[in-house]
Amino acid sequence: MRKTHLRTTHLSLILGLLLLAVTGCSSGADSSPTEKIDAGPVALRRLTAEQFSRSIRDVLGDHITVPSRIDPDDRRDGLLAVGATFASVTPSGFEKYEAAANVVTEQALDTKHRADLVQCQPASATTSDEECATAFIGRVGRRLFRRSLTGEELDARVAIASAAAKALGDFYGGLEIALASLLVSPDFLFRIEEAEPDRRDPSITRLTSVAMASRLSYLLWNTTPDDDLIAAGEHGDLVDDALLAEQVERLLSSPKLETGIRSIFSDLYDFKRFDDGLVRKDTALFPVYTQTLVEEAKEQTLRTIVAHLSADKDYRDLFTTTESFLTRRLGVAYRVPVPTPDGWEPYVFSDEARRAGLLSHISFNALYSHPGRSSATLRGKFVREVLLCQDIPTPPANVDFSIVEDITGELRTARERLEAHVTNDACAGCHTLTDPIGLALESFDAIGMLREEENGVPIDTSGDLDGTAYEDATGMGRALRDHPALGPCLVRSLYRYAAGRNEIGGELALLSSLSERFAESAYSVRELMRELVLSDGFRTTSGPRMAEEAGDES
Amino acid sequence: MGLPLLDCFLNSNGTALAQGAPLPVRFGAWMWGCGMNPDRWNPTTEGGGYELSVELQALDRELGTGAKLREQVSILSDFDVKLDGRPNFPHTAGLMGTLTGSLPVADYTVPAPTLDTIIAAEIGGLTRFRSLEMSCTGNPNQSYSFESQGVANAPEISPMAMYARVFGPEFADPNAGPFTPDPRLMIRQSVLSVVKDDRDRLLQRVGTHDKQRLEQYFTSVRQLEQQLDILLEGPPDLESCSKAPTPGQETLGTEVGESMSTNLLMADLLSFALACDQTRVFSMMFSDRISGLRQPGSSSQHHQLTHDEPLDPEIGYQPEATEFVFASMEAWADFVERLAATPEGDGTLLDNCLVLGHSDVSLAKVHGITGVPMMIAGSAGGALKPGVHVRGATSPTTRVGLTIQQAMGLNTESWGTRSMEATQPVSEIVA
Repeated sequence: MRKTHLRTTHLSLILGLLLLAVTGCSSGADSSPTEKIDAGPVALRRLTAEQFSRSIRDVLGDHITVPSRIDPDDRRDGLLAVGATFASVTPSGFEKYEAAANVVTEQALDTKHRADLVQCQPASATTSDEECATAFIGRVGRRLFRRSLTGEELDARVAIASAAAKALGDFYGGLEIALASLLVSPDFLFRIEEAEPDRRDPSITRLTSVAMASRLSYLLWNTTPDDDLIAAGEHGDLVDDALLAEQVERLLSSPKLETGIRSIFSDLYDFKRFDDGLVRKDTALFPVYTQTLVEEAKEQTLRTIVAHLSADKDYRDLFTTTESFLTRRLGVAYRVPVPTPDGWEPYVFSDEARRAGLLSHISFNALYSHPGRSSATLRGKFVREVLLCQDIPTPPANVDFSIVEDITGELRTARERLEAHVTNDACAGCHTLTDPIGLALESFDAIGMLREEENGVPIDTSGDLDGTAYEDATGMGRALRDHPALGPCLVRSLYRYAAGRNEIGGELALLSSLSERFAESAYSVRELMRELVLSDGFRTTSGPRMAEEAGDES
Repeated sequence: MGLPLLDCFLNSNGTALAQGAPLPVRFGAWMWGCGMNPDRWNPTTEGGGYELSVELQALDRELGTGAKLREQVSILSDFDVKLDGRPNFPHTAGLMGTLTGSLPVADYTVPAPTLDTIIAAEIGGLTRFRSLEMSCTGNPNQSYSFESQGVANAPEISPMAMYARVFGPEFADPNAGPFTPDPRLMIRQSVLSVVKDDRDRLLQRVGTHDKQRLEQYFTSVRQLEQQLDILLEGPPDLESCSKAPTPGQETLGTEVGESMSTNLLMADLLSFALACDQTRVFSMMFSDRISGLRQPGSSSQHHQLTHDEPLDPEIGYQPEATEFVFASMEAWADFVERLAATPEGDGTLLDNCLVLGHSDVSLAKVHGITGVPMMIAGSAGGALKPGVHVRGATSPTTRVGLTIQQAMGLNTESWGTRSMEATQPVSEIVA
């Protein structure tokens, strides 16, 4: 029922858009995509575990070890960034946040670091000092809440700091309490994106300048805004076209952009599963496998992406590039010599290594495999869904698997087993989409090591990607690189990541226009980010999300 | 020795604390993935003293009390999840139907609160922890305990972490000498009261979707306040309560031996936590609904085997996949046996528990959701008759959920939606 309602809404938005197009309202086709669009709703965004940790360390000090045992992130529609606009805080989750806050405040204000952090000297270290406490809480609170504290918020925290300082006979003990109250507050744990009527055109609802500061910072740096950005937000600069553009240039040229890029691709590729220890392999079948190996494999891929995109190279070439980074441990798994004994070195794979493009990395092949065997289907599904944004339906519940039962033991390779699917109509619909891609990657086993044969039979990696034939994984990477859906799919994913939700009908024209511009910029991801954050899709909204939408996204 | 509960504090049956306070009754769910082979799992005889089927042989154990484990476990076969034309999302429809009484409209979505959270909403406020969730899968992100789609209770996956949470420095040990409240607890309460002060201002600033999420957040804050209140009250006054010993060596993972060992360590900690009334609601995910259990050195996992392994024409089932059914039933028996090993009142802790053991499907090969296997261990403080086999005759699985809610003292008259709506409890197991 709800679904029908939503569809109707989409339809009317699309109709509205068509009307606009007919009446020629898209006036500013000059510098940035300024088509009038109907952007979707905003919702509270719970900090992801990574944002929680980064924000704390940014504000309170890099020496802090932030507990990783907090409420797990919610992944929806393939992104933690989308799940974050649905996640709440369970009782056990809050218990963990409070425990984490206590651990963090103790480290932040330990005797070694308190002077640097507090920046004022209390009259006495054994009792309260309201002036110093007020200065500290006000300054740190502003970074954590991403806005200045209200008088009430500040007073309440100075009061508990004073009471605790007196009770404990410790000024810094009092500050710990006030700091803990900031860290467990919903104003820290959730990013609140407030909107207001645009003064130039009150029919448009825009994000407030203060809300824009957080939105920009978490998208581009994946952490809390710095003092400059908060000041710009509070000064109203971020709802001014020119001043916004200035800040965006600053954010895009900061070294912190690398963190932002890393986080985007980690989320998109579901790399958190490496951190959660969920990429496990059978150690008897894969003696090379260790948790450290797969974590380094993840790091290798992220380093490759960051280096490539920071140099403003063509996004599509990520799927053909032989440039990467290796450690000696990874070198063993790749069977190539790595001279550097400890740490990372830049590495260019030779043709003989047969490692061109991200999809030839250990990370993907290990992630999209089972503990004991590779999976052409999982790998193919990943490429279709995540890289090309094509939907693969879930298998029917009553599917007859007896067709792929290998009673005689004659089906020895993945291709032979999977080709059995394709002879069955119920299976063929999906497996003809996923399997040819995955079979090209069958030369990589369940931990991504090269192999020539499976169960004594040579592996055939040839296939076809939507009309482009290839012989092996390298050829498949080239076909993927040239696939027309590759660029627009990244645009869609990045938009969802930025907005914290799936696109709605009123935003489709914007996505098309962003995709065109992405192509015109020779697929510069930095350019795409700039276009995106300056667009009305990022700056405006229909208002707060209504409760009916919750839980009805599929 | 700290505070022995003198016999005069108990009534003549030794089943209740004096002044009318009965021993607490606890509810838990224990889930294993990928079902069983119906013809080999369902007992052939009904009622008390049912004949153990081949896949239920794990229940043929003698307890420390001399009783048989099977006498403590009721088997509920032939209860169905009804689709009403909705899709049978593999491994999701059966799980959600059984645990929530409703069918999902999209894959892996949560249509309604799960049984454990329904019960925790009633009795979770009486204890330090509203509920405890555990998992033997090593996955910190997934349990089958949901208040709603966005409110999922994350599990403890490590027995050491579970120990630290329940029996760490905060735990008031009844055997540790005179109790002095920790002043830090009161200071922590002041932190929470500052946070709560922001509630009204915040709720005014957000839309209806976020209002619900913030209300949930503030409910969680209140829960922690209550936790601190209970800690300030001092050690639990229960005869069977003592601090759990530090758990043994843990190895997390989905090799079947690893999961079974985690299950045992968790059951041990849980029995101490329950005896000390730290919680009255728990859930355990022994294996994922898409069971990742595997044998070391094997290229296949349990779930894959249920689909890929040929039926052995001689025996009529999948031998390798079925090994995991046996292992799951052994793990279930381990879990229940551990609860029965803690004496309480004039019986055991298990007598005052109601543990629902269940899976997501019957025959995993075809994602069967008719005859979803369910078991109930314990007699819920006398509310239930244990050790009975009941055939549901294709009535909905929700009848079991309804029976559970009533046995736990909830005023639930009916439960479930559409064809899953149940109004008739399973009277055969009601005492």
